[in-house]
Amino acid sequence: MCPIGCAVTVKSDGSGNITQIIGNKCKKGETYVRDEFTNPMRVLTSTVAVEGAAISRLPVRTSNVIPKDKLSDCMNEIQKVKVNAPIKICDKIIKNILGLGVDVIATRDLS
Amino acid sequence: MKKIFADIIIIGAGPAGMAAALKAGKMGIKNILIIDRMPEPGGILQQCIHNGFGLHKFKKDLTGPEFANHYISKLGRPNIKVMLHTMATELTRDGKVIISNDTDGLVEVTPKAIILAMGCRERTRQQVSIPGTRPSGIFTAGVAQRFMNIEGYMPGKEVVVVGSGDIGMIMARRMTMEGAKVHAVTEILPYPGGLSRNVVQCLNDFDIPLYLQHGVVEIRGRDRVSGVKIAKLDQAGNPTNQTFDIDCDTLLFSVGLIPENELSRMIPLELSPITGGPFIDDNYQTSREGVFTCGNAAFVNDLADYACMEGEIAGEAAANYVNDALSSEFNMRVVAGCNLRFAVPNFLTGKAPVTLYMRVTQPMVDVKITSTDNIVNIKQQIVKPSEMIEVTLDKAQLAKIKELKEFRIGVTPR
Repeated sequence: MCPIGCAVTVKSDGSGNITQIIGNKCKKGETYVRDEFTNPMRVLTSTVAVEGAAISRLPVRTSNVIPKDKLSDCMNEIQKVKVNAPIKICDKIIKNILGLGVDVIATRDLS
Repeated sequence: MKKIFADIIIIGAGPAGMAAALKAGKMGIKNILIIDRMPEPGGILQQCIHNGFGLHKFKKDLTGPEFANHYISKLGRPNIKVMLHTMATELTRDGKVIISNDTDGLVEVTPKAIILAMGCRERTRQQVSIPGTRPSGIFTAGVAQRFMNIEGYMPGKEVVVVGSGDIGMIMARRMTMEGAKVHAVTEILPYPGGLSRNVVQCLNDFDIPLYLQHGVVEIRGRDRVSGVKIAKLDQAGNPTNQTFDIDCDTLLFSVGLIPENELSRMIPLELSPITGGPFIDDNYQTSREGVFTCGNAAFVNDLADYACMEGEIAGEAAANYVNDALSSEFNMRVVAGCNLRFAVPNFLTGKAPVTLYMRVTQPMVDVKITSTDNIVNIKQQIVKPSEMIEVTLDKAQLAKIKELKEFRIGVTPR
């Protein structure tokens, strides 16, 4: 989430409940650790095939984080897509991917 | 040869160069020429489709192309001329720059100031001398990244990544996401070469084993790579006879970056053997007056965010130089002391505030960063070679530094 990379120790009670968090440098770090422990989320970035542009691939990203365990399924959807130029940065390439409430958007213009 | 004039010529339109151009423009410079050999600006960022950019600079988590777009969208100003598909082929001793492209041929530019922002190159398999055959299927990680993300080719299916630098880890993830099997990442040192978040999000997330203190000792394969022999290394870094083989058809090398300074050597500029870039002061000015440098051409940066911040400093300083307004109060060498591989900039001129960047030689915990006369005294929990340390000096500290015989900074256990 940030390049500082502080080392955090998490103690849990064996039933999946966090009992202690030590070592984070900021409050965001604590939230991140809780999420990582219970429900890790990731931004997915990839490329889709594009026709009619100077380059062959359009870089894309999910507009928000998605559950880590959905990365593979999302990749399968993204690999099916082919788009045509022109594309504008932030164009929605896949709306609401896998019903996760997150779009796959273009990260650059391509004319 | 066509001859043109420029107030400032910037060589390289990556993040550092673009940031320099925009800053110099903001300061009122009328004739800024920025050149790049690629068909579009943005430098290496256009192929860095992953996120993690802009966290420091914009407090946002952006992909490389999005970060580049922030600058590209502002380049269309009348005082900035962008020449693409254009290479600088020579920096002459009398301060001219020879550039070349297909439309204009060779052009001689006479600038008032030069900003070098050429970025860096990747170290290759040949440079790390790995014995074995020389089959196809061996790429540096950045080349594989270009093939995948711009050209649309899969470099291979069964992969071993040599070196745990950031680019190698990023590509381990990228190739896995597109259906390749990454069997291992090897690292000769006992700690990872890149950012911790990449170890987690690129390797751990995908169960890709990271073999620390291991090296590839042989590459096999006739026309195409067929496998590698990996050996555990001893404390001195020499291979032991604890070896194992991995069958693979692709090797990605992520064994370090080297600042691109072929042009700098022509002037010649004094280069630091440790950073690989020119010696610089806090204006990012080199040993030659009026020649500045920033980004990875100056020293290898961890993040594009820093490259841009350096670009702004160089752009501002070059603009001041053009206006005869660049002055220095003193010239104090910054000596990299205890446990530091280097500290930049190499000289302080009294400008405040100034940010020093440094790298430790080994990972350490519970340290303090201190300097001569304790002018700097900062506690830090963890320091690693892969994560550059920043120390910002203010006016008060610089006033004290001015009076010293030598300014030495180092990292010691608390």
